[in-house]
Amino acid sequence: MSSTEMVKTTYREAMRAAIREALQRDDRVFLMGEDVGRYGGCFAVTRGLLEEFGPERIRDTPLSESAFVGAGIGAAMAGMRPIVEIMTVNFSLLALDQIMNNAATVLHMSGGQCNVPLVIRMTTGAGRQVAAQHSHSLEGWYTHIPGIRVLAPATLEDARGMVWTALQDPDPVLIFEHGSLYNLQGTLPADAGAVDIRSAAVRRAGTDISLITYGGTLGTTLAAADTLATDGMDAEVIDLRSLRPLDDKTITDSVAKTHRVVIVDEGWRTGSLAAEVSTRIMEQAFWDLDAPVERICGAEVPMPYPRHLEQAALPQADAIVSAARRAVG
Amino acid sequence: MSRTATKVTRSEAAHRHDLLRQMLLIRTFEDKCVELYSAGEIRGFVHLYIGEEAVAVGVNQALTADDNIVSTYREHGHALARGMPLDSVMGEMYGKTSGCSRGRGGSMHLFDVSRRFYGGNAIVGGGLPLAIGVALAGKLRGDQRVTACFFGDGAVAEGEFHECMNLAALWDLPVLFCCENNLYAMGTALERAQAQTDLALRAGSYGMPAWPVDGMDVLAVEHAARSAVEAVRAGGGPHFLELRTYRFRAHSMYDPELYRDKAEVEEWKKRDPIDLLAARLRDGGELTDGDLQAMSEELTGEVDQAIAAARAAPAEPVEDLTRFVYSPEPS
Repeated sequence: MSSTEMVKTTYREAMRAAIREALQRDDRVFLMGEDVGRYGGCFAVTRGLLEEFGPERIRDTPLSESAFVGAGIGAAMAGMRPIVEIMTVNFSLLALDQIMNNAATVLHMSGGQCNVPLVIRMTTGAGRQVAAQHSHSLEGWYTHIPGIRVLAPATLEDARGMVWTALQDPDPVLIFEHGSLYNLQGTLPADAGAVDIRSAAVRRAGTDISLITYGGTLGTTLAAADTLATDGMDAEVIDLRSLRPLDDKTITDSVAKTHRVVIVDEGWRTGSLAAEVSTRIMEQAFWDLDAPVERICGAEVPMPYPRHLEQAALPQADAIVSAARRAVG
Repeated sequence: MSRTATKVTRSEAAHRHDLLRQMLLIRTFEDKCVELYSAGEIRGFVHLYIGEEAVAVGVNQALTADDNIVSTYREHGHALARGMPLDSVMGEMYGKTSGCSRGRGGSMHLFDVSRRFYGGNAIVGGGLPLAIGVALAGKLRGDQRVTACFFGDGAVAEGEFHECMNLAALWDLPVLFCCENNLYAMGTALERAQAQTDLALRAGSYGMPAWPVDGMDVLAVEHAARSAVEAVRAGGGPHFLELRTYRFRAHSMYDPELYRDKAEVEEWKKRDPIDLLAARLRDGGELTDGDLQAMSEELTGEVDQAIAAARAAPAEPVEDLTRFVYSPEPS
């Protein structure tokens, strides 16, 4: 174990430290988005950065998602390293044209001349009773698009470490931060820094079943694994971390060991990231399976406001436990 | 004194000849594209600039090689006026590796980063946010570059237009917005799409200098662009030119032109920007019919050479299909 001093932090503070470090290390980095400056970020991630770095590098934008995301793309094409914050994934649809038709395509349609080293951060997911226009998990849609990388930091270490690595990538990287994670508490080494953004991580090693998830449902899935352990079922929990490209090897290595899979994905079931993971397992590890792949996904409903209905629409630990028991038989 | 005056006149005459030559090059290139398209040698969408040449050529006179350009899908003229080699533009029409975008883009996506030409963008209005960003990058670095952003009257109806006018003015960005008002968004006439058809007035409402220009008169375009670029470069923030022009040909090669009268087209053709300048030069004794004929033949020869080069150029191998989706891994 490292002898480095451990410090208490939160997901929010870790993300802020990551952005702050990037601004300190590279003059080409600047941050823009709605209320990132004077307000301090709508989830308070960027609080204090305006005072430290000034309004040129911490740029409050009008409510013009398409213009400021596109401006981030243009600035990246012209040599800068912008970080663009979009308040929520639902709002990102106002900029989807820029993300899909420009950020993801310019490198290809320019014959390799114009890369877009842009990082776009946004909040995703439900759990805060903010209803049907602020709560969805649409990162699976973005994973459909060749030309971009899609990340989902689910831990303090990844909140602290993914931003810098993403900024070193020559191509656009989308970072999805689940809104329920900002208050996550824990400790990190004082010198925590960049992490790789290409591999999935085994968050809990096990031999009986693979529980595959990412982002906001990692905690729920680990809780389900603890419950299964009391039954004597030793679950392995995989955190995908990178949603595009997917780390097929970590997934298939786990399936080769456990022979059973439950995929947990807050996104809607139809056409979901869970469907993609399941298909890859079928394609690459079919003969390792001893049972059909199970999926626990978000209910196919615009997110309702009341707490009991919202909770009913989200993947819960007991459903994961039941699915695991079904798979093991 | 008189010798100096003669010198200036000569240099001005040479400049006007150059303007004529550039417009004629674009016209010759596109006339050939029509033939090549009809013969099935080039495919896809081909949006011709014929009739609008004075805009690209005039605006480019005001820009230096250090300035940036963001363009639209009707950009053959912008690319050629920028000085992109004929071979690379024609190669792109053929989808060959000799093309400026290695054939991946085609007619609508000409790129030449070495000339700071950041692409033809085929989502109407989609290039404006990019221009904002390219200009912002320059402002943050403290360079003196001006970003010229071309788009048509159709883009004015897009939300992105208004977002970008606002952002450019709010952030005082060094952008020259060049709105090519050719009166039609594909088949929809301006007055059928815009509640306020005075486009300069609308841009002006965002607090930036904006004025209409005769887009058929290359000297008027050059004059307006020089004055606007000078002001932008001096820190005057974004400027907007409404360049009133007309496309003589259909929107694209698929367009039967059911939406406008032939008489209207013929009326505008009387103000053909090439004819206008040629007549002016003839009247001033700066050009003979023989000169024009020679210029035209020379340019036809250049375009024919570019066609031959494009025909002979290699195609991208299919094994490289997914190249340029992501940047190459660092070695």
